[in-house]
Amino acid sequence: MSVSIVPLSQLPNGGSGRVASLTAQGLIRRHLLDLGLVTGSWVEAIRRSPAGDPAAFNIRGAIIALRNEDANQILISID
Amino acid sequence: MELTYVDFGLKPLPDQLVIALAGNPNTGKSTVFNALTGLKQHTGNWPGKTVLRAEGSFIHRNNKILLVDLPGTYSLLATSADEQVARDFICLGRPNATVVVTDATCLERNLNLVLQVMEITPKVVVCVNLMDEAKRRKIRVDVDTLSRELGVPCIPTTARDGVGLDKLKDAILDVATGVTVTSPRRVTYEPYIKQAATQLEARIRPFLPKWVNHYWIALRLLEGDSSIIKAIWSRLEDDSVRAVIKEGTAAWAR
Repeated sequence: MSVSIVPLSQLPNGGSGRVASLTAQGLIRRHLLDLGLVTGSWVEAIRRSPAGDPAAFNIRGAIIALRNEDANQILISID
Repeated sequence: MELTYVDFGLKPLPDQLVIALAGNPNTGKSTVFNALTGLKQHTGNWPGKTVLRAEGSFIHRNNKILLVDLPGTYSLLATSADEQVARDFICLGRPNATVVVTDATCLERNLNLVLQVMEITPKVVVCVNLMDEAKRRKIRVDVDTLSRELGVPCIPTTARDGVGLDKLKDAILDVATGVTVTSPRRVTYEPYIKQAATQLEARIRPFLPKWVNHYWIALRLLEGDSSIIKAIWSRLEDDSVRAVIKEGTAAWAR
């Protein structure tokens, strides 16, 4: 099985993977790290709002909503 | 160079211990606050910020305690108004102890804040709250091992049922009065960061009040976070002290 890397924003509902890297910089990066999105963290896409943005994710046991703008900057590896 | 509680809009009684209450959002921090202080509460804003503050008092084993509720935050390092208020008070407000309320059902994500608080001050008590919810989800928290690993007292509670609060109050009092001496686990940095921080620490030390955590401030400055210097500055009344700080920060910027 090959490993593919996608932005978190493209993870389908119910899909999951591990954080490969963050492309975000500065304060957003700091905040994402504080939310528990460090390399290797397991993340699952739970559901999306009617317009598709924001979307809710299970991050280390908490459901957290992220805007696509921010979720785009989180790269997830799926195997 | 004295900062006082008045700079944070607080007026504790002379014999009152000041305790800060920190924690992630949704950990039951307000429930803990209400359970400890009952109806003896005041609410208002933090000076100059549109951030709500609650303070309340209680007496435990004949000791008067003023409990200051900080905004719920995931971190003390980013720059939202909430995080700044929490950080400034823990770093510059000189509370006698800081309680960090954590969620037993997802402890891991709460330990980030615990480590950040322990980096600023050793006088920390961890309140492992929502133990009933954890039990329901078949999560067992080994509080003794957690206390040993973190090097600070960790107290299991179910604040909404009042479970564990007496032990929490004991732990707060013992840490605040120095009966319990903690040995918080420190974050270890790469040698090159450590070296840079140590150098910077030596240079800023003469310009800052002696009781603030200079090493921690040096780390923040290395991150490019000058808001911490502004925070110290805005609370120092003496113009001559300001001049010295200005000179000092200009010196390291060069």
